[in-house]
Amino acid sequence: MDSDIYADELIEQYEHPHNKGTIDKPDGEMHRDNPLCGDDITVYFLSDGDVIRDVKFSGSGCVISMSTASKLTDFVKGKALGEIEGMGVKDVIGLIGLDPGPARLKCATLSLRALKEAVFVYEHKVVDAETKKL
Amino acid sequence: MHGDELLDFDIIKEDFPILGIKSHGKPFVYLDSAATSQKPKQVINAISDYYSTYNANINRGVYEISERATDAYINSKMKVAGFINAKGIEEIVYVRNATEAINLVALTWGDQNIKSGDHILISEMEHHSNIVPWQLLAKRKGAVLDYVKLSNDRATLDMASLKENLENRPKLVSITHVSNVLGTINDVKRITRMAHKNGAAVLIDGAQSAPHMKVDVSDIDCEFFAFSGHKMLGPTGIGVLYGKEAALDSMPPLFGGGDMIKAVDKQSATWNDLPWKFEAGTSNIEGGIGLGVAVDYLNSIGMDRIEAHESELTEYALRELSDFDGINVFGPGVKDLRVKTGVISFAIKGVHPHDIATIFDNEGVAIRAGHHCAMPLVVSLAPEKAVSRMSFYIYNGKTDIDRAIGAIKTVRRIFKLD
Repeated sequence: MDSDIYADELIEQYEHPHNKGTIDKPDGEMHRDNPLCGDDITVYFLSDGDVIRDVKFSGSGCVISMSTASKLTDFVKGKALGEIEGMGVKDVIGLIGLDPGPARLKCATLSLRALKEAVFVYEHKVVDAETKKL
Repeated sequence: MHGDELLDFDIIKEDFPILGIKSHGKPFVYLDSAATSQKPKQVINAISDYYSTYNANINRGVYEISERATDAYINSKMKVAGFINAKGIEEIVYVRNATEAINLVALTWGDQNIKSGDHILISEMEHHSNIVPWQLLAKRKGAVLDYVKLSNDRATLDMASLKENLENRPKLVSITHVSNVLGTINDVKRITRMAHKNGAAVLIDGAQSAPHMKVDVSDIDCEFFAFSGHKMLGPTGIGVLYGKEAALDSMPPLFGGGDMIKAVDKQSATWNDLPWKFEAGTSNIEGGIGLGVAVDYLNSIGMDRIEAHESELTEYALRELSDFDGINVFGPGVKDLRVKTGVISFAIKGVHPHDIATIFDNEGVAIRAGHHCAMPLVVSLAPEKAVSRMSFYIYNGKTDIDRAIGAIKTVRRIFKLD
């Protein structure tokens, strides 16, 4: 891991996050936190059939957790729920353009975990093992 | 070892091989001794020497190296007893760490003495190791777990709250000597006296005090005192439960097995003498030997000089930190160094503690960020439920703090705080 985490682009996302806020009466909502470091995120979404129509997140945390949530929520708008169910660590690393290393990976995956669990619950499906490991 | 003149901490540093490494290409600065201390070559060599030249089980062999190993292990207990001014080795039980020491008391003394409706009193500045064992005990027994509040300064214990809680006549008062987050030194002698007046037994969590100051358990007069070897230059996996002989005598053993018995028949057994009653199975012999050498090392410098050195570093760091806007330091301030060890938890407005620790790491400076295993306290201090912490020991000097201040400047540049 190196200082790339603190490259201007991620800092910019951290200071001006996209999709920060809440959704009244969302179709799906999930709160997840990381007590060890203090990251805390709630993800909300509205769906159109099996597609994400709108998505927002609230909470607080480090640069990695917040900038990832910002980029993830941008990315999943208009995507099929089934596609989100299949997302994993690699997708998160692709979104932020760097591997934050083992000590910080949980920060990066927290918003995806919350979003995926919200989708699984919305679809009345059991949260899969892959998601629980995020 | 180090002469009588003023301490030269550059010389001490040379005893710690790890401090010569590089991290992210920069000379390594270790400011996380409250989590675990680094080890001098004297301790490392003692462990290697044990395995290379006299590895044998203790308390049983009649051959030369077994006797040598037994002597070394018992000697280490004598050193530890002297280090905290216990009466003798019968009061020194070796365990894995302070956490195990506290759990041992909860599972034996607690099981025997705590009944439904009884009160157990701890404080709002405890480490999880001095919270969770009592939660478990309280649940098992239907007892009530009470907390001494923090003062309004969020730095010290509120003695009025202590008095108020003692009116519930708790059976046990279990309080930390030094907070691992705030660095606050509690007046455990006074707390023990007040607790005794109200009929309570007292356990002091000394994990953050024994490495950094002169501890005198006879003067404190507590029933139990718990600490870890790995925070005081010793190896991991060895810790100490001090217990007054009468208290330890009254308690049942926790584990059964070899070494803790005098004799065994098919249906029953008689217990070995103290402290062996609490040490079932083959002991952590290398750990005991290493801890004894760590005590020798600390004594060779002198705990009073260690305390003075750390106080000087703490004052320097607090003054440097006060030069910045937007930095909040928790715990006693520069005017209260008498009640503060070299533990400085801080927050930088607008920056998450984990980001601070990662940027420090990139500069080769190891600090810790998070809840520091004291969630009830940290959640009450910081909305992020996390703080950054630097902590000092004998091998740190002002240049290490200068490096930390340099890392803070990097944080401020990255987050555009200047």
